[in-house]
Amino acid sequence: MSEAKEGQQHPLAIYLWIWLLLFVLSTFSYLVDYFHLHGMLRWSLIILFMLLKAGFIVAIFMHMAWERLALKLAILLPPLCLLVLVGFMAIEGDYTFLTRGAAFLR
Amino acid sequence: MAHDAQAAALSPLQQVSGDFAADKQAFSVPWGKAMMWIFLLSDTFIFSCFLTSYMNVRFSTLQGWPNPSQVFSLHIGGQDIPLILIAIMTFVLITSSGTMALAVNYGYRKHKRNTVMLLIATAALGATFVGMQAFEWTKLIMEGVRPWGNPWGAPQFGSCFFMITGFHGCHVSAGVIYLLITAKRVGSGFYDKKGTYETVEVAGLYWHFVDLVWVFIFAFFYLW
Repeated sequence: MSEAKEGQQHPLAIYLWIWLLLFVLSTFSYLVDYFHLHGMLRWSLIILFMLLKAGFIVAIFMHMAWERLALKLAILLPPLCLLVLVGFMAIEGDYTFLTRGAAFLR
Repeated sequence: MAHDAQAAALSPLQQVSGDFAADKQAFSVPWGKAMMWIFLLSDTFIFSCFLTSYMNVRFSTLQGWPNPSQVFSLHIGGQDIPLILIAIMTFVLITSSGTMALAVNYGYRKHKRNTVMLLIATAALGATFVGMQAFEWTKLIMEGVRPWGNPWGAPQFGSCFFMITGFHGCHVSAGVIYLLITAKRVGSGFYDKKGTYETVEVAGLYWHFVDLVWVFIFAFFYLW
């Protein structure tokens, strides 16, 4: 375990590589907009680059990859219930849209 | 630690049940780090509520949503470059995340001078970000964007924009203050007396989280 040394000590190189990678991924997501990509290609690329960036920040910069599983589960599992909220609100938003259309666009 | 030698023989899930069920502290990290993670978890829910309500009003509006690519373009060198200010802000924040990660690393190496310099650099980049955000707000307000309306389409655009970026900007501003205090304490030898530089890592967690939230705001609000 890393307790032999104090706290989270890792080689400098890994931070520099992740840093570079975050720059590259950000450039890619900007280029998605710059080249006016549309439809499924646009959304899937945006989501892909977003999740990769978020993953690298949490895993390496925030050291989650080296923490014990108990902490990983306690922090990373609860946000999954947000997917339920997002699902409900997406359905609700569509419903409000249709109701408004029926009420105001005659 | 002694229990690690035993723990090595256990499967990861057995370790988890041991950590949670045994009559001991559940998380084998300093309490400050565990509490920061739990705070960040609660902040995740707050920002998610903002982004989810933004999704909800964007789904439900009958008017077209203003095109962020054009709204946030800047006129540079005789042509409109889409979203350029936001791209620069993104790069500023990622740069600051890198300097923060290095500050934590040098802190554990007890390299005080580098740690202080990197923390101040991180705070300066954070302040730059907030300054650019103030510029962006000013520009949009001058163009007539209000929480209840704007010249280009769905009135909800303004309220979502001001709430989401405003709340994020407050986090960055608080982070700048937090980092400056941490830098001052590293410089004055506070953590040498305390015997640990874990506190720098805890400040780092907060700062990386602010960057993390921006990743989601950038994707969902500015690129969508």
